[in-house]
Amino acid sequence: MEDFKRLEEIAKTIRRNILTMLNKAGSGHSGGSLSITDILVALYFGGIMKYDAKNPDWEDRDRLVLSKGHACPALYATLAQAGFFDEELLWTLRQLGSPLQGHPDSKKLPGVEASTGSLGNGISQAVGMALAARVLKKRYNVFCIVGDGEMQEGLVYEALMAAGHYKLSNLIVIVDNNGLQIDGQCKDIMNVYPLKEKFEAFNFRTYEMSGHIYKNIIDTLTTAKRNVVSPTAVIARTVKGMGVSFMENRVEYHGVAPSDEELKKALKELG
Amino acid sequence: MEKKATREAYGKALAEIGKDEKVVILDADLSGSTKSSEFKKVYPDRFFNMGIAESNMVDVAAGMALSGLKPYASSFAVFISGRAFEPVRQSICYQNLNVVLCGSHSGISVGEDGGSHQAVADIALMRSLPNMKVFVPADYNEAYSIVLATVEMEGPVYIRTSRAKSPIITEGKNFESARATILKSGNDISLIACGMMSYIALEAALLLKQEGIDVEVINSPSIKPLDTETVYTSAKKTKRVFTMEEHSVIGGLGSAVSEFLSENLPVYVHKIGIEDTFGESGTKDDLFCKFGFTKEAVAKRIKDRLNG
Ligand SMILES: Cc1ncc(C[n+]2csc(CCOP(=O)(O)OP(=O)(O)O)c2C)c(N)n1
Ligand SMILES: [Mg+2]
Repeated sequence: MEDFKRLEEIAKTIRRNILTMLNKAGSGHSGGSLSITDILVALYFGGIMKYDAKNPDWEDRDRLVLSKGHACPALYATLAQAGFFDEELLWTLRQLGSPLQGHPDSKKLPGVEASTGSLGNGISQAVGMALAARVLKKRYNVFCIVGDGEMQEGLVYEALMAAGHYKLSNLIVIVDNNGLQIDGQCKDIMNVYPLKEKFEAFNFRTYEMSGHIYKNIIDTLTTAKRNVVSPTAVIARTVKGMGVSFMENRVEYHGVAPSDEELKKALKELG
Repeated sequence: MEKKATREAYGKALAEIGKDEKVVILDADLSGSTKSSEFKKVYPDRFFNMGIAESNMVDVAAGMALSGLKPYASSFAVFISGRAFEPVRQSICYQNLNVVLCGSHSGISVGEDGGSHQAVADIALMRSLPNMKVFVPADYNEAYSIVLATVEMEGPVYIRTSRAKSPIITEGKNFESARATILKSGNDISLIACGMMSYIALEAALLLKQEGIDVEVINSPSIKPLDTETVYTSAKKTKRVFTMEEHSVIGGLGSAVSEFLSENLPVYVHKIGIEDTFGESGTKDDLFCKFGFTKEAVAKRIKDRLNG
């Protein structure tokens, strides 16, 4: 119980940083960053991933690939919090010359495992990393966060097929199932559901969880790590814009940064 | 000077051509950005959101064209030329289908989204495909008239639009394929541009005028087919040609001009564009400074070349 309180506090700081950096940048993706914040906090601070912020290239580290790269403000704020780089860098998001690009750039920022932003490419790269562990005789895990809208890309299914075929038990795919994409709700734009059955058809072991309740997230991901026979998929029920009342479940905040006024309101809500 | 984005013209013109019941519109979850949403407002029954699945969208458009419809499919330029390249090649171009593709958010003027989202090679990709026509409008008016003209055009077309607003410099009446226009005549050098670079070319020419260099500025929205007559006539007069585009110097307008001139009228050609590199995050203005797309930088570069 104690422990979850700590995670909630970290998440609060990260959400504040996400909103502040987006506001300073004047553009970027608020909704999808807030929906994955608790999952990232569980991964990096809940004892799920092994990493060394001071040695980001450590060969045995677990990898996180943010396939829905547009949500990188959440990843950047998490990496800063974990000590990969100085928090001051957060305020340079999206500016000319900043290592914090509008979409994650693995060549520019420590802790970013793969350049993403073009949806569908991240999950295939994660499959490559998971397969590489087998060749290199390493025991690391690869976590990959994909969007539910992103699940419409055909490339995703080629990745799932390969993961199932090679029984990549070190691959854990987490779907940020917030129900929204850009033009509207996923079910209206291009019905991508059911998700669970799709993963199962590709020979994944599949779980569902809340993407905002720490006990649930940590229990599920701990179980996922124990799977040694197949890749695992975790479908996380999330709320786009989570934590900021006027952004929650609002498609309008997909690709919009908070104004000064909105930032003030949001920070007050987060406390 | 009035400023508007070429992508806005795409949406407005779609709503206009929708009168023709054969016109159908496809988009891939970016209809608000590409502006194809303007069509949806008027003709929701002929608008198809295909979700975040660009390859499928392009092949579906091919199937619609094979069945007698006139599809227009749009996404960001990186995705429609990149993710969907193979369907564009195999289904649209190989079968020479009447499909119009629109890539919005081209070039570095995309700004903050950064290199992953900035198409710097889409003209090269699309231009390399047999049967494909490639149009890059200089401004809102030209973009509007291009879309109107494509209704009656045979074969595949790629239209490249921009996110950023830019000044309106053309009347954009009755667009014709393979036609360039002289924005300012001159005798010393030819400066051939497309997209919002045409405006910057014009401004650079005014700066150079003050230094006694008389630039002929040509706006060439039709990259393929190229207006070889206008290029030939101008190059014959000036003997020194500069090109300018918001695209890699490999494979774009500059390459098209060089390919033509090297075989037909070998003269000096210097290409101004993106130097075989990806874009990055920043404001459009910061990026234009960094990449040398300001009137001052262009004027200086031309002067240096003439002196060197
Ligand atoms: C290949 C590709 N097509 C289109 C886009 C533009 N785009 C960016 S985010 C997005 C919607 C993503 O929806 P979802 O995966 O559900 O993300 P979330 O709701 O978590 O923000 C789209 C279409 C893209 N980045 N990549
Ligand atoms: Mg979503």
